[in-house]
Amino acid sequence: MHDQTPLMHTLFGRLTWDAVPLHEPILLWTFVVVALVGGSLLAAITYHGKWGYLWREWFTSVDHKKIGIMYIVLAVVMLLRGFADALMMRLQQAMAFGDSMGYLPPHHYDQIFTAHGVIMIFFVAMPLVVGLMNVVVPLQIGARDVAFPFLNNFSFWMTVAGAVLVMMSLFVGEFARTGWLAYPPLSGPAYSPDVGVDYYIWSLQIAGVGTLLSGVNFIVTIVKMRAPGMTLMKMPVFTWTALCTNVLIVAAFPVLTAVLALLSMDRYVGTNFFSNDFGGNAMMYVNLIWIWGHPEVYILILPVFGVFSEVVSTFCGKRLFGYTSMVYATVVITILSYLVWLHHFFTMGSGASVNSFFGITTMIISIPTGAKMFNWLFTMYRGRIRFEVPMLWTMGFMFTFVIGGMTGVLLAVPPADFVLHNSLFLIAHFHNVIIGGVLFGAFAAINFWFPKAMGFRLEPFWGKVSFWFWLSGFWFAFTPLYILGLMGVTRRLSHFDDPSLQIWFQIAAFGAFLVLLGILAFLMQLFVSFRNRDQLRDTTGDPWNGRTLEWSTSSPAPAYNFAFTPVVHDQDAWADMKQRGYTRPTQGYLPIHMPKNTPAGIVLAGFAMTCGFALIWQIWWLAIAAFVSMVASAIIHTFNRDRDFYIQPDEVAQVEAERTRLLAQAQG
Amino acid sequence: MSSSTLRGLLLISLAVLTSGCSTVVLSPAGDVARQQAHLVVASTVLMLLIIVPVMVLTGVFAWRYRASNQAAKYEPDWNHSTSLELVIWSAPLLIIIALGALTWIATHTLDPFRPVSRVSATQPLQAEVKPLRVQAVALDWKWLFIYPDYGIATVNEMAAPVDRPIDIQITSSTVMNAFYVPALAGMIYAMPAMETQLHAVINKPGNYEGFSANYSGAGFSGMRFRFYGVSDGEFDAWIKKAKDAGGQLSRDAYLALEKPSEREPVRRYAEVMPGLYDAIVNLCVSPGKMCQKDMAAIDARGGLGLAGVYNVARLAYDKPRTRGEIGGPQSYVLAMCAPDDVTASAPAFKPVLSAATSAKTR
Repeated sequence: MHDQTPLMHTLFGRLTWDAVPLHEPILLWTFVVVALVGGSLLAAITYHGKWGYLWREWFTSVDHKKIGIMYIVLAVVMLLRGFADALMMRLQQAMAFGDSMGYLPPHHYDQIFTAHGVIMIFFVAMPLVVGLMNVVVPLQIGARDVAFPFLNNFSFWMTVAGAVLVMMSLFVGEFARTGWLAYPPLSGPAYSPDVGVDYYIWSLQIAGVGTLLSGVNFIVTIVKMRAPGMTLMKMPVFTWTALCTNVLIVAAFPVLTAVLALLSMDRYVGTNFFSNDFGGNAMMYVNLIWIWGHPEVYILILPVFGVFSEVVSTFCGKRLFGYTSMVYATVVITILSYLVWLHHFFTMGSGASVNSFFGITTMIISIPTGAKMFNWLFTMYRGRIRFEVPMLWTMGFMFTFVIGGMTGVLLAVPPADFVLHNSLFLIAHFHNVIIGGVLFGAFAAINFWFPKAMGFRLEPFWGKVSFWFWLSGFWFAFTPLYILGLMGVTRRLSHFDDPSLQIWFQIAAFGAFLVLLGILAFLMQLFVSFRNRDQLRDTTGDPWNGRTLEWSTSSPAPAYNFAFTPVVHDQDAWADMKQRGYTRPTQGYLPIHMPKNTPAGIVLAGFAMTCGFALIWQIWWLAIAAFVSMVASAIIHTFNRDRDFYIQPDEVAQVEAERTRLLAQAQG
Repeated sequence: MSSSTLRGLLLISLAVLTSGCSTVVLSPAGDVARQQAHLVVASTVLMLLIIVPVMVLTGVFAWRYRASNQAAKYEPDWNHSTSLELVIWSAPLLIIIALGALTWIATHTLDPFRPVSRVSATQPLQAEVKPLRVQAVALDWKWLFIYPDYGIATVNEMAAPVDRPIDIQITSSTVMNAFYVPALAGMIYAMPAMETQLHAVINKPGNYEGFSANYSGAGFSGMRFRFYGVSDGEFDAWIKKAKDAGGQLSRDAYLALEKPSEREPVRRYAEVMPGLYDAIVNLCVSPGKMCQKDMAAIDARGGLGLAGVYNVARLAYDKPRTRGEIGGPQSYVLAMCAPDDVTASAPAFKPVLSAATSAKTR
């Protein structure tokens, strides 16, 4: 931008060599490490000749199970990035007291806390939840795939495209320095003139398309594709929570898209929706973003409530207590989650009546949530509880989440919020519910459904090590933050004057270190399980004595999921089938109609990502070219009639015969 | 549970929470913050009524119904009990009804826009005492306090006499901040082109910390000020100190002051240009700018139609204050012309044009 010739400006827009942070040693070393690890990974794939395999079997796959696994792999990779940000913040805050400014200048620190929030919500929690729904929902309702398999693949790659853009901002340009919701006027063109907020906008817009489409996909799947006999009130609780979550996604994400579009118009074409000029009003943005943002919290937490319901009833060997009230609680939470957004900014100065209305609606959500907690509790009552790893995570959740819920209701009391808003108490609260709820739930789910997805169980020893490090690390990291919040310490500070606070930040940093050990133990668990996969192999398809349909088929499930569509008579369909002495049919197979893999999703998302990158750097010709290519590819894809095929009965018979053999082996 | 046991529990937990570390939020020095702290504790105790039994039961059930304890009763098909469901839903409901009532009342009595109704729990408000008016402006990245009744202003230092109600009007010059003195009262956002208000009172003399509690950019961590609770005599001396410092916070002095800077030392101004705060709220301190309220008044009467475009440069506020280089040349709409106008020159445009050029070059 500085001494660029007009030609270079036309060709590269705002992009110059200055954008590559060669002068920042931390980023340079990060880049070296990423390049080495990434390079060796690519080299290993090339050496083993696995590119074709990856392309055919995974990248272009429309199989919901594989897409689900890819979502979870994406989430784990991004968790490492987001957690690296967390460690850097904890280290900075433990160091920067008095004369010491720490090792991160505000310019860098402010990007880190913004990136941490964005990555953890959009590229860790969301892919975890969507990935779990992908792996489990079609199996749980006895379907062969989701309603729109290609759309599913496209959604996944759009999420990846968003994640790649966020990662790119590390090494080309910079990320936003605004906080994870990018409130204007700070995020407007005047106060954030560089590319950071543009990276933020386009990565969320592109990933948001993916999320919205997968929301549509799952609603249709759950409403239209349930096995015969599975009425709504016989649906497994996880599927119920998935349905409610996807309703929330479809209703909430367009609001995010719209508000980000308005912000980008402010930034790109000089409108003044949220600027100070011409009567623009930032409060509109704050309202709109939280009208999306609060339902988003429930989009994340509802599915894991479903996970805990499945895990508790399976490992207690019991029907879920209060199924009906569980379902109604979920639906009530879904509706109420739209009526509470203002509690995120009581301090903006609404009148007392408005504030108390939103405070009280927020508290009301704790009633159905409390009912859920009691339902899990009474499912344990008179059960036979096996403390396998998923159940451990559930217990950790029950003890941790109630505290987070309590501090949440506390923050819903407006005058109490006036003294705790934006403080580290708030930070502790939402980590308490997101780590203690969403993340613990995701780990419970990964340990629970891993055998179904991969065909072998996860090794329990490292799973338990991971659990205990996470649990203790969480409390070590966030109890000090609760206390610091009560000491009046606000969030997003990169330096402190009061030396008496330092000890608390050091304890918090120690907690973060324990969580690091928890993450490493989880990676170790994956590695050890993969190495010992033959001993850990699940030959029965039902390693936990499960209760719902996904456990009735083999592990991993065949491409067609079920050779015969199951017929459902009871809520816990598989437990009911086992009780009635169900025998698996071994003949009379029919051809199975299946969708064909397609590279269209990855191609479209590639163009979308290029378009986003070009818009960020204002390389107009490239943006136009990428957009036109994207639309053209979508049109060309509609002319592709070669989309389906049949799995022939003899092939099904072969797969099922192998299953019969394994089952006999397991029994014998 | 009787109200005295509840109060006892409340006091015990308060004592536990405040011992050891200086949790200013729970043991503040101002009456408003103290009432807010009581509310924090009361709500927590109320919720613990249900949280503690749930946690205990979770532990008890987990231990008692562990798989290895074959002596425990096992009922795999027991999944419903109407009476239990009733308890499950009504117990949290009752607590939320209590908490909701508490919330409704406290939110109204502690509304920051509402003048304080008492000096402290033991001291009623005297009718003749006039509140101390302060106008607080969040600048990049420091705080400006204007005392309109005394005609002085300070930067990064605020003082108020003990036990005298304070009425703070709050705004910001560029982006959102929040005005927060934990010892005094809860926070309220400071927003450009808008005004929020905080009523409070400080009951104990002391030197307290104040800061912005809403992230506002690079200098945010250093955006701190001291708040002094002082006796009436000391307050007069504090005002005199500003008077003695000399200097006027004029239009130009303000425009120089509002430029981004970090960790500013305390400054004092003996005089403040009349109407400065009003101009700050209306974004019209810079010469040649139209005040937001005038624009709003014009718009309320239906606007100027097409002629409104001549005001574009006079209303631009953010662009001259940019924190970096905005990509591409800045441009304003200075005039619009129909095909008929092409031949005719329009002398009326000229003054507008020159104002816009000066805004551009700044």
